[in-house]
Amino acid sequence: MPLLDVVDLHAEFRTGLGRVPAVNGVSFTVDRGETVAIVGESGSGKSASALSLLRLIPDPPGRITGGRILFDGRDLLQLSEAEMRQVRGGDIGMVFQEPMTSLNPVLTIGRQITETLEQHRGADRTGAERRAIELLSLVGIADPGRRLKQYPHQLSGGMRQRIMIAIAIACDPKLIIADEPTTALDVTIQAQILELMKDLTRRLGAALIIITHNLGVVARYANRVNVMYAGRIVESGPAAAVYRRPRHPYTMALLRSVPRIDRPRQSRLDPILGQPPDLTRVDDGCAFRPRCRFAIAACARRRPTLMAGREAGHLAACLRQDEIALGAEMAL
Amino acid sequence: MTGDDMYRYLIKRILLIVPTLFGAATLVFFLMRLIPGDICVIRLGSGGTSFTEQALSECHAALGLDRPLWLQFIHFIWGFCRLDLGTSMWSGRPVAYEIATRFPVSLEIAVFATVIAVIIAIPLGTISALKQNSWTDLAVRTFAIAGIATPSFWIGIVSLLAVLNLTQYFFGQPWMPPINYVSVWQHPLRSMSIVILPAVTVGYRYSAVVMRMTRSAMLEVLREDYIRTARAKGLVNRIIVNRHGLKNAMLPVVTVIGIEFAFLIGGLVVTETVFNLNGIGRLLVQAIGNQDYTLTQGIVMLIVTIFVLTNLVVDVLYAWLDPRIRFA
Repeated sequence: MPLLDVVDLHAEFRTGLGRVPAVNGVSFTVDRGETVAIVGESGSGKSASALSLLRLIPDPPGRITGGRILFDGRDLLQLSEAEMRQVRGGDIGMVFQEPMTSLNPVLTIGRQITETLEQHRGADRTGAERRAIELLSLVGIADPGRRLKQYPHQLSGGMRQRIMIAIAIACDPKLIIADEPTTALDVTIQAQILELMKDLTRRLGAALIIITHNLGVVARYANRVNVMYAGRIVESGPAAAVYRRPRHPYTMALLRSVPRIDRPRQSRLDPILGQPPDLTRVDDGCAFRPRCRFAIAACARRRPTLMAGREAGHLAACLRQDEIALGAEMAL
Repeated sequence: MTGDDMYRYLIKRILLIVPTLFGAATLVFFLMRLIPGDICVIRLGSGGTSFTEQALSECHAALGLDRPLWLQFIHFIWGFCRLDLGTSMWSGRPVAYEIATRFPVSLEIAVFATVIAVIIAIPLGTISALKQNSWTDLAVRTFAIAGIATPSFWIGIVSLLAVLNLTQYFFGQPWMPPINYVSVWQHPLRSMSIVILPAVTVGYRYSAVVMRMTRSAMLEVLREDYIRTARAKGLVNRIIVNRHGLKNAMLPVVTVIGIEFAFLIGGLVVTETVFNLNGIGRLLVQAIGNQDYTLTQGIVMLIVTIFVLTNLVVDVLYAWLDPRIRFA
């Protein structure tokens, strides 16, 4: 049994322009200790999916409208609010995108770590502080005793993200969800933070869901990857397979649109033309077809579901995936 | 909070008080003298009697109004520096004495009104924000808008009438709050009974202003990323609202409370009139009407000082609430 089994998750936002189905039948699994990436461009529903897992979608305007989130055998969507609080920060830790704004500016670093411990572990003040110092050393912060008494604005962005990680791992979670954890950071810091997360999850035996639009992150850190487009997973498989032999045109386009160190320097980047789809008016066809260079008439008639290709566990939602996979192999 | 940072911050704020007070003193001194009229004319001519030129100039000389303006100004500033406000040109009694007899009632009303306002406004404003667009929110906002829209003299008159009628109905004879002020330290209950109605009257409007500010500040804070972080930690709602929300939302609220409090000292002319209380607001209006320069200057400087001190307290609260200000 996987640690996390998300089945047909639906979430929507009610806006002035109508209902936006941000998460539209997303299913994926995460095994114990595994690192799974969710990749997609802005508005693809990847952050909404991540927030839905902890039922943290702001309501209103957001709402989870269907599906199951089986975590350790329990459906998180059926839990009471009090039971859910035990899961948040206890069994599942979360790291957010903006370390600048995700920490409370008026509370000390120490307080923001210890309150999690007090909530979940019933720790007393001194015990919690001792543990907080341990955690800060664990995430690579020097002079932790002094840092505990400081405020977020006295720390750099990278350090603040380390604090966020310390908070996320404070109660030895089984799963850590990192929502674009490095987007707001310098490139050099990004690598440090990712290495740290990889290292910590390995040491703690925790699983990691990493939400990102950065395919480099995926290639290097994830065991498996789910590519999202327009609120759905369009390709799913082992990271190496998806990266080397993409089966969905969107994934291929994504890969071509980022610079790669394993390609000749002269090769031009190839941006994905067009705009992400307007989720308030999606039809029955494939959502990517207006931007797809392989689109055929059949793509407008029905939306392809995730189907297995030749490799086990490598799925794509594209009618022409076999042809495309073959063509891609030949091109490489 | 390290003591050193706070100390430096405080010194900075306190040093800024000096130019503010000097500016206010200059303004009130010259503005008063721009108002047409002459205290000696009013004094000598009251009751319709005629007076001679000589009597007028004697009066001017007695009050020091015959001296050059700059000399009068220096005299006033020097006096203020020594905390000597001079004597009232109208009553001949020391300005400090005049103020001392009228100030306590105004201060007491202001303090009680603030307590009432804060006790009502912060919980209601917070609930209103937490239940945005619900019936509770609508009720609280209606209550607040009514408080701002209703003139306080009307609320004062109605509340007085209500007390009269209700006591008549229940006890057989009407009861009115006493008028002659006694200090809280002497007769706490009697003093409260004088002050409570005016305090509620102005406290209602005051609480409406604070409530609206609390609500909007809280709404803004609740959308912040760190609130989401707090929820992701699994904290209970009470802690999220009190520890993470309120402390951040309090900054603008504290400012409004400070400004309103300072306004209540000296700004309550109408309420004092309705309740027939001899407060500092009515004294100021009388002093200006009489062209009593020294008394007006004294009262204005008192009000300015209270404003400045309130601001200082607000600044200190700011630093206490927000470490980014403390360490700036």
